[in-house]
Amino acid sequence: MERGLELHHIGVRFGGLTALDDVSLRVPPNRVVGVIGPNGAGKTTLFNVICGFVAPETGSLTLDGRPLRPRPHRLTRLGIARTLQGTGLFAGLSVLENVMTGASHTARAGFVPALLGLPASDRDERRLRGDALTILDELGIAEHAEAAPTTLPFAVRQRVALARALAARPRLLLLDEPAGGLGADDIAELAELVRQLPRRDSDPCAVLLVEHHMDLVMAVCDELVVLDFGRVIAAGTPDEIRDDPAVTDAYLGATVEEASQ
Amino acid sequence: MSATRAALPPKEQLDEPGGRPVDRRGGSTLLRHLAVVLAAGLLLVAVSYSVEPFRNFQLATVAAYLCATAGLTVLTGLNGQLSLGHGALMATGAYTVALCQTAFADRGMTGGWLLPLSLGAAIVSTVAVGAVVGVAAARLRGPYLAGVTLAVAVVVPALAVTFDGVFNGEQGLSVPVEPPPLSLGPYFPYERWQLWVTGAATLLALLLLANLIRSRYGRTFRAVRDDEVAARLAGIHVARTQVLAFVVSAATAGLGGALLAVLAQSVSPGAFSLTLSLFLLMAVVIGGLGRLTGALWGAVLLVALPDLTHSVTEMLTLSPAVAQRLEGNLPLAIFGLTLIVVMIAAPGGVQGLLSRLGRALLARRPTRRS
Repeated sequence: MERGLELHHIGVRFGGLTALDDVSLRVPPNRVVGVIGPNGAGKTTLFNVICGFVAPETGSLTLDGRPLRPRPHRLTRLGIARTLQGTGLFAGLSVLENVMTGASHTARAGFVPALLGLPASDRDERRLRGDALTILDELGIAEHAEAAPTTLPFAVRQRVALARALAARPRLLLLDEPAGGLGADDIAELAELVRQLPRRDSDPCAVLLVEHHMDLVMAVCDELVVLDFGRVIAAGTPDEIRDDPAVTDAYLGATVEEASQ
Repeated sequence: MSATRAALPPKEQLDEPGGRPVDRRGGSTLLRHLAVVLAAGLLLVAVSYSVEPFRNFQLATVAAYLCATAGLTVLTGLNGQLSLGHGALMATGAYTVALCQTAFADRGMTGGWLLPLSLGAAIVSTVAVGAVVGVAAARLRGPYLAGVTLAVAVVVPALAVTFDGVFNGEQGLSVPVEPPPLSLGPYFPYERWQLWVTGAATLLALLLLANLIRSRYGRTFRAVRDDEVAARLAGIHVARTQVLAFVVSAATAGLGGALLAVLAQSVSPGAFSLTLSLFLLMAVVIGGLGRLTGALWGAVLLVALPDLTHSVTEMLTLSPAVAQRLEGNLPLAIFGLTLIVVMIAAPGGVQGLLSRLGRALLARRPTRRS
């Protein structure tokens, strides 16, 4: 049953621009796969295809071998959760409520029990709250449960966004540039966190990571896919990618130099 | 709103329903809200005996408006959908109740259950209208949404004039309402009875709204308001949520309009003009957007303001023509001015100001002790 999410020959065009061209990749269960590439390489489009925000013109997706036609609001039901660039937290909801919202699809009580305030609705809320607190605790931010997200430092907000995605109990977690805006210490902590996700005691998950930050990618990924102009130009383990001359030309050389400055 | 939140000191808690400190009591939402509603009901009964009939009537009017403002604050404050058409939704409820009550009276039907039945019919018809508008609204954002709801505000009263065979044009319809039941005694004041009826209906509506706000639906409403993309990725069907919020809001607006018609014992297009829609929106913003208590302050303002302007114009010695013109336009001017002042001085509205005051007092107490 070693299948996970698979993309088969995905092609996306925006007018005359080819955003993705014959992209195939696989995210096996409980593995960390990174997608890297220069700006405009198609990384975000790739995520949007998986989430159903963009329909591919060619190719198909499968999840554990079954065809997948993703729609954003159905995603968590399929066991896929995604974080957004720049956290995308609900500013008017407390941290705890943000995380509870991530598990929306698990709520059982319908509209009428909610309207009447029946115990079924209360039970749902208690369970969501308990689960959310457990995740906040696991990520070490339980103390902020009642705070408004806008009052928290960016690194904490980033963790809240991660907690919200984990609240959906995904089998596959899509992380969209999680290191953006973080300092070196925060990135090291994030790397440790991401590495642990496939090894969690409860609800371990695979990770598909889109990231600019090479230190993070090299540290956490089991496999890497390198995109350039919408095409996969290399795929393999971080070590293989590091030594691939095509990759160095397209992307790594510049970034490694930038990062070391 | 978010700009003011960012300026708050760190660890500041969200001052919104559902955003209160984590509720670890684990008690029943229904029982908790029921206790509040029963207490409010008892208070209302006590007040109804201690004030003069005219005040009873005014309080009943506040209750009727509160129905509408509470629903509007859920829609606009919690779900982020602007509606300039809630006056028209109130008209829908008002005309439905008028037609039902007239039909019952024409057939010589009597009984205490007829009025609840008419009110129920008013809610159902407004829900139907609200669902249609809500489906359109869910596809629109910002000024376009405002435009559609504005059209509703203009069209619905015009329909009443166009189909004057049913709705009797500008004259409107009368709403036959039965007198208080005889079991309350032969001399039971009619205004007190009116307050009881509208108060009971409004408290019931508030109970349901409060339950809904505290449930996952309330959270979903706010999540959709704050970030639609993130809401979709969290498993929320955004359009469905927006239609639901619109329908809930329409139901309460319909009930509010129906109660107003029952109070006035008549309904006419002039009572549900575009101005009413604007007043409703201003009232919920001034009262404190997104809070049921804010909706209460808004409703009080809606009733108190015309009164206030009346006494102001009476104080000034003016020619009758000028006085009449002033009285017609002054409420709108005062409302607008109040709105501007409140937005500058207290963006959280009256309720935001009160809860800030309450927190400040609470924070001061322990330091005094130590």
